Amino acid sequence: MSTSVGAGAAAAAAAGCGAPDQAVALPAGVDLTKETVIAGVVTAAESGEPVSGAYVRLLDRDGEFTAEVVTSPAGQFRFFAAPGSWTVRVLSRAGAGTASVTADRGVTEVAVSVAAD
Amino acid sequence: MSRDTALVSADWAEKSLGAPGVVFVEVDEDTSAYDAGHLPGAVKLDWKKDLQDPVRRDFVNKSQLEALLSAKGISNDDTVVLYGGNNNWFAAYAYWYLRLYGHRDVRLLDGGRKKWELDNRPLTTDPVSRPRTSYVAREQDHSIRAFRDEVLAAIGAKNLVDVRSPDEYAGRLLAPAHLPQEQAQRGGHIPTALNVPWSKAANEDGTFRSDDELRALYTGAGLDGSRSTIAYCRIGERSSHTWFVLHELLGHDDVKNYDGSWTEYGSLVGVPVAVGDEPGEAT
Repeated sequence: MSTSVGAGAAAAAAAGCGAPDQAVALPAGVDLTKETVIAGVVTAAESGEPVSGAYVRLLDRDGEFTAEVVTSPAGQFRFFAAPGSWTVRVLSRAGAGTASVTADRGVTEVAVSVAAD
Repeated sequence: MSRDTALVSADWAEKSLGAPGVVFVEVDEDTSAYDAGHLPGAVKLDWKKDLQDPVRRDFVNKSQLEALLSAKGISNDDTVVLYGGNNNWFAAYAYWYLRLYGHRDVRLLDGGRKKWELDNRPLTTDPVSRPRTSYVAREQDHSIRAFRDEVLAAIGAKNLVDVRSPDEYAGRLLAPAHLPQEQAQRGGHIPTALNVPWSKAANEDGTFRSDDELRALYTGAGLDGSRSTIAYCRIGERSSHTWFVLHELLGHDDVKNYDGSWTEYGSLVGVPVAVGDEPGEAT
């Protein structure tokens, strides 16, 4: 697990559902007037620490799998989606978690906390 | 083919680490995953650099593959156990690819890298070197590889299975959502293709569903088991996963993977395309 806590944990603790302030850097050439980016940070509910190496799935409005990524050392993830309603589902060694998000063009941030069952 | 000959469990794999005659091979889209930690003794294959021709859109040829596998220390008699990230998409692609070139004993690690990590099984960054071999490949077995003309002729005649997500099938997305969406080709699917997303064949931890669940899935989707089947996706990796399910786990006779997939078909001039959630008609 990463020990580079700081802003993500503080934001998650303070705001609960607030957007994390550790934005994921976008690749060069991504046109945010066209792309719908869903990004955020996975944290452990108990410690508030970011969870690296977590498996993050993007499910569509019917709960159907759309994509899966692995979080960065700072617990970050990012998807290129389309405007609409989505679910972010996380599996990790620190437990599982789910969050809903409604996205539009540009960057929509979502925080997900995970806890053991 | 069956589950017993095509698939190995994580328990079996952990007990077989270092066993003579068993070679673990990690196959990823992004090989930095291997470099950050891999199964002890596993070698890596880069699905693009190692398996694709650097100039034309095609696979490396027989002699290039022989050189590659020889350098990796893989013998014709070895049991090759493939695993990787992305729910084994690229490992399944390599499985299909090694079968295409005639490797006899290939297995897929059920659940791939994800289950291995979630189970807290051992990973290492120790460098791996295996003694060089003299691998001899066969000519490509085109009974499992479909090309574009064959796909066009299959409309209304064979099962076409589009294994992408519903939004890609309908034309609302052009690529899986972990990739930028800006691409040149048209959105939609091949008319008459059923949409059975690859993910329906897998559990959340990346392992395959049971044979009974898999049979019910494809029967329920309207796949006519008495007809030949061609599976496709965007670049042929997710459809390798479905090819594996239909051909290797369920034992369907005539199943081909169309590796050109949507990036080829959706850019062809003059071919029929269906958009929306319905398969559409053969015209």
